Amino acid sequence: MAASGGELTGSQYILHHLTNAKMCSTDTGLAFNKACADSGFWVWHIDTLGWSIALGILFLAIFRSAAKKADTGVPGKFQCFIEMIVEFVNDTVNSTFHGRNPVIAPLALTIFMWVLLMNIMDIIPIDWLPATAGLIGASFFGMDSHDVYMKVVPTTDLNLTFALSIGVFVLMIYYSFKVKGFGFVKELSMNPFNHWAFIPVNLVLELVTLFAKPLSLALRLFGNLYAAELIFILIAMVGLFQLPLHFIWATFHILVIPLQAFIFMMLSIVYLSMAHEKH
Amino acid sequence: MNINATLIGQSIAFIVFVLFCMKYVWPHLLGAIEERQKKIADGLAASDRAEKDLELAQKKATEQMKEAKAQAADIIEQAKKRATQIVDEETQRGHEERAKIIDQGKAEVEAERNRVKEELRKQVATLAVVGAERILAREIDSAAHSDIVEKLVTEL
Repeated sequence: MAASGGELTGSQYILHHLTNAKMCSTDTGLAFNKACADSGFWVWHIDTLGWSIALGILFLAIFRSAAKKADTGVPGKFQCFIEMIVEFVNDTVNSTFHGRNPVIAPLALTIFMWVLLMNIMDIIPIDWLPATAGLIGASFFGMDSHDVYMKVVPTTDLNLTFALSIGVFVLMIYYSFKVKGFGFVKELSMNPFNHWAFIPVNLVLELVTLFAKPLSLALRLFGNLYAAELIFILIAMVGLFQLPLHFIWATFHILVIPLQAFIFMMLSIVYLSMAHEKH
Repeated sequence: MNINATLIGQSIAFIVFVLFCMKYVWPHLLGAIEERQKKIADGLAASDRAEKDLELAQKKATEQMKEAKAQAADIIEQAKKRATQIVDEETQRGHEERAKIIDQGKAEVEAERNRVKEELRKQVATLAVVGAERILAREIDSAAHSDIVEKLVTEL
């Protein structure tokens, strides 16, 4: 249960765990959390941003240090591990994408490692970081610890998954036009019924297909991690029995974490390679 | 769900991460991996080659060894033959030499004997003559009977 502060009801506890820390600017300066209820779009989830950027920098720092040390000699264990990941991503890209594009492989590596690290945050016992944040908020900023929100798994925030999938989507559109030019428009309007009279029908069908790609990409990752997080929270509420249950679910979740990262990477590669193919 | 400005922030972060990865991480790592792969492949090929070379060299060595052994046996055989030949020749020569020396000895002995015989005959002749002279000095002078003495000398 929540580690600090007074009593929370079950639903309050769940809600507390599933609410992002918000920041927005109002007329009186920066405002946080509940004060941002009326700010509409211009609200920043500082926990999602903070954790995801920190994890992204961690990923790049680890890989950059490996890249700096990379030579043709006998590699160390750390070097080997990093190179195994790189080779794994490279093989996956090469087996799916047959063109020459310097963006796709690094993109795939970034997606895979970043999503993997963010998913791994789900394994950390769910009360640790929010409770720590509540303690810090209560003792340094004089806030009620219940008003300090901290959602530590960035992939359970739709903003992040959509940012990723939109990034991939923009690249898809860009390469579709770059490779196929006007052929891309033709592909959208003359498929599946190759007749001018069906152009409106085709457009509707193909555009739905097109937009379903980033949507499904984002929602799949979000849904899996959000549900897993929710189950961790529910398990945390059952008292002493949470120990075996938590172990079982965490063990299962170890499978889900890399799987979801891999699926996101794989589908991004597939979509981008489809954008490069002429029909 | 609450889509908000976080989306923009995340997008920017994503783009920056991908660009960084593309520029400073991926090419270095993959380059090193590919170079090492090539190096390992080269090393394996070299070791393969060396193994084959070694095998070849061993085969060659055993062949040469065999050849050398055969040659040595040949040489020994020849030497033996030559030795018996030399022994034979020498024995032959020795025999010949011996025969020659024996012949020579015989001839020398013969000559000596002849000489001694001659001398003896002469001495006997003179003795006879002296004897005869002594006898004759009593009875006759030597001049009258020298023809008989001469005749005796030739008869000896």
